[in-house]
Amino acid sequence: MKPAPFTYARPADWPAALALLAEGARPVAGGQSLGPMLNLRLALPERVADLRHLPGYAGVSMQGETVRIGAGTTHAAIEDGVVPGRLGEILAGVARRIAYRPVRNRGTIGGSFAHADPAADWCAVLPALPGHAIALGPEGERRIPLAEFVLGVFETALRGDELLRAIELSALPPATHFGHWKFCRKPGEFSKATACVLATPGAAPTAVLAALDAAPLVIADASALLADPTAEAARLVATLALEDPWRAALARTALRHAAEAAR
Amino acid sequence: MTATISKGVGASLRRKEDARFLHGRGRYVGDIRPAGTLEVAFLRSPVAHARLLGVQKPTGLVFTAADLPEIRPIRANSTLPGFRASDQPALAVGKLRHVGEPIAACVAPTRAEAEDLAAACVLDYQALPVIADMLAARAPGAALIHEHWPDNAFLETRRDEDLTDLDAVAAAKVTRRLRTARQHMAPLEGRGVLAEWDPRLEQLVVTTAAQMPHVTKTGLAECLGLDEGQVRVVAPDVGGGFGYKGILLAEELVCAALAIRLGRPVRWLEDRLEQLTANANCREHFYEVTAWADAHGKLLGVEVDATVDAGAYSLYPFSACLEAAQIGSIFPGPYTLPRFRFRTVSACTNKPPILPYRGVARTGVCYAMETTLDALARQLGISAQAIRAANLVPPEAMPYRNLVGKVFDSGDYPEALRRAVAAVDVAAVRARQAAGEAVGFGLSVFCEQGAHGTSVYHGWGIPFVPGFEQAQARFTPDGVLELRVGLHSHGQGLETTLAQVAHEILGVDPARVRLVHGDTALTPYSTGTWGSRAMVMAGGAVAEACRQLGERALAIGAALLQTDRASVRLVAGQVVAGDAAVSLDQVARTWFRSPQNLPANVDRGGLEVTAGYRPDPDTGTHSYAAHAVVAKVCTETGMVTLEQYVIVEDGGVLVNPMIVDGQVLGGVAQGIGTALYEEMPFDSEAQPLAGTLADYLLPGATEVPDIRIEHMETPSPWTRFGQKGLGESGAIGPPGAIVNAINDALAPLGAELLDLPATPARVLAALAKAGRA
Repeated sequence: MKPAPFTYARPADWPAALALLAEGARPVAGGQSLGPMLNLRLALPERVADLRHLPGYAGVSMQGETVRIGAGTTHAAIEDGVVPGRLGEILAGVARRIAYRPVRNRGTIGGSFAHADPAADWCAVLPALPGHAIALGPEGERRIPLAEFVLGVFETALRGDELLRAIELSALPPATHFGHWKFCRKPGEFSKATACVLATPGAAPTAVLAALDAAPLVIADASALLADPTAEAARLVATLALEDPWRAALARTALRHAAEAAR
Repeated sequence: MTATISKGVGASLRRKEDARFLHGRGRYVGDIRPAGTLEVAFLRSPVAHARLLGVQKPTGLVFTAADLPEIRPIRANSTLPGFRASDQPALAVGKLRHVGEPIAACVAPTRAEAEDLAAACVLDYQALPVIADMLAARAPGAALIHEHWPDNAFLETRRDEDLTDLDAVAAAKVTRRLRTARQHMAPLEGRGVLAEWDPRLEQLVVTTAAQMPHVTKTGLAECLGLDEGQVRVVAPDVGGGFGYKGILLAEELVCAALAIRLGRPVRWLEDRLEQLTANANCREHFYEVTAWADAHGKLLGVEVDATVDAGAYSLYPFSACLEAAQIGSIFPGPYTLPRFRFRTVSACTNKPPILPYRGVARTGVCYAMETTLDALARQLGISAQAIRAANLVPPEAMPYRNLVGKVFDSGDYPEALRRAVAAVDVAAVRARQAAGEAVGFGLSVFCEQGAHGTSVYHGWGIPFVPGFEQAQARFTPDGVLELRVGLHSHGQGLETTLAQVAHEILGVDPARVRLVHGDTALTPYSTGTWGSRAMVMAGGAVAEACRQLGERALAIGAALLQTDRASVRLVAGQVVAGDAAVSLDQVARTWFRSPQNLPANVDRGGLEVTAGYRPDPDTGTHSYAAHAVVAKVCTETGMVTLEQYVIVEDGGVLVNPMIVDGQVLGGVAQGIGTALYEEMPFDSEAQPLAGTLADYLLPGATEVPDIRIEHMETPSPWTRFGQKGLGESGAIGPPGAIVNAINDALAPLGAELLDLPATPARVLAALAKAGRA
């Protein structure tokens, strides 16, 4: 399949990008989701705005204890350690397991998060981390807590006139524990269950269960899960009333493994 | 003589063709685009069963069946009694019978524009009840897909033998209902067709990704009303066949008719979406098997009722019944079955028409037989090895004719079983099981009939019957040996192995041998590459052509050496008489460029020979193998991990053991797909639900374990070098061995898996059914 006709725009600066967005252009970052959707004619935009050449779209900067990751930073860059410290280790571990390296070479953290595929890796991890998604709109930047960014399947807190500009995360102390588990029958398959648990010294542990064909389940205080992973995973998954017993089993397993790894 | 040992039959010579493939210099249909080429996108049926009332066409080049009346329907008949033929229109007429059926050809300078045209077409149709399942197709009162038929069966075959008395005498009896999934063959390169009309030669030239270019030529001529001299088919490099490209395509007919009509080259390249949604076309079987055995596991009888989902049409040339009707004759497998009753049905459904995929019906048959044997063994409390040993054809019985008339040529089946079991530490598996681990050991044993010829196929009465395979061998004036064969090499390594055969006979260095194949204008007629036949048939034909060519070269060489024929022989590419020698290069140069030096009585056929070959008898070679697997099951997620995979394979004399290993490994990877991953799900309206390879899972490098292969080499008494066909073998054994290993792991939990693929969801469902999940 080849895409239906569309026009391609490459905005040189952010105001131009926002103007294109206001005119209805579909933003594209790494194109690892939108590309196939265009080819399959599942997405039929009249115009595509390529964000990759915007100034500062990719790259990482430190402001005190805050790490700002440009939305256009590729999974591969994160895998290769562009983010410093314990946080960087955790993010690199997640990035390493996203699809294949060719996908990671082009796919971006912001593009993936804003696309909000329920099986996507960042949607299953970022909501557990302390930080914000930085939305850029006509009025400037807006900070959206990461746990509140993904609202549903392909649905986010971004407004129609906003672009995801960056992810801001708090640096993590070296003693932070992190557990991450996902189920794919082979690399590159969409996850059928992903969970992560973050245990930061001096703070309540957090957890996310994702790849549920719905918005991720964000657990703001995962102390009970850490205390008794098996029982609490079963209880949490039971509340979701998943129809498919296999997917429910995977969800329980994901939460349990992630919690055990984070202890 | 050293040269003969290192480069002839039996040498693991590196593949000559790999230099171009590994450097990306292969040339496929997609690489060929003459100036002025128009691209085609097909408007395909969005529904599985409907009356087609009309197509509103946008402005542009859009052709429906009514616009191309010169194309006759494809008809793949069989003379088996009771077979019902189906006319397969190249573009739909009157009815739509499966999702993806071509309705209109949309033609434009680029594929994207052609797809724009297809998207702008408006279909008018009236939905009809859909037959989405082969068992529903057989139910009384089911909607009829071909309305002039009394029911939805292409063919039913049976062997009636009353087995009811076995209940009284058998120590064990099991019945199993087993299903295999519908797959798509997933060659790396999809189908592709480029059609051109050559006004100078008044000839249609169709460049197409085909396994059987001559059969395609015959089919094109028949359906387009041309004589065969007006059609040339070129199959360039082809990126995997597996049966997917052993067919006359509706798309070939349409592109050909359009090229003639428009006077422009016309090309169609299948994409993965078309392949998945319109052509998931193989492997879907249902078996109900009952087997009786005595206390030692000796089979007393087997009854099988098998249904194959053959889809909507009978495809050319193999027909809709090849797969199901074969089940009756191959179900006994490598075993000495005393009594046997079967019924097979080729069910017509609203799904893509079935094609034989590497292994053809054997993969399903092996799965059904081998899992049933293990069920019997569990009931009897004997080992999987013991029940097989009790039933395998013993070597002293070879050649062995079984109760349905299959003739096995040679081999030691029990030895293959023994070696496979010995290669695995079964005791360690049992110890882990005793410690509570869900790990299991599984076996499958099977044989593969290959290169079966006239005596087998004339009875099927399908559009072709293989006869004598021909090869041409000829020297060029500078002494290069050209081999011309009508079958096609698309992964089999024939450019290397046939050169090895030529080297074996003539001593010409394989580097100086060129294989010409894939062009009907340049090669002798052949039914092509299918049925694991190339190395036996073309190998035999090349050997015979080279032998005759050698005779002619010897005669010329003797004259050049001023001696007689009886005093010369061929040694390492030279005609030798005592201490004197002339090279074959010199012989060739003499014939072509210094004919004044030829003897007066020289054979005027020159240095060019076409020879035909067929084994006698031509009932086929039987390679065989035992597969042994250790698999671990995660009872929490249902995930299966293959820990060990051992194959003991007997392909007779191996022409190139390295290439054989490659064939076996590739086949096993596909068999692992059948066993664990591959499945095209259809909903109740027969809509295919996997449209990308993210949904249709193929095993990749990380899913295929290290595979150990041991060879036995029992020569076939019937072939030129004792070689046997084994190209399909690797794809036959894995589902049986893997699921047996899974069931061995699940047995302590009281669970058993019946359906393929053994996905984590199915494993967990089996555990849940046993109350263990």
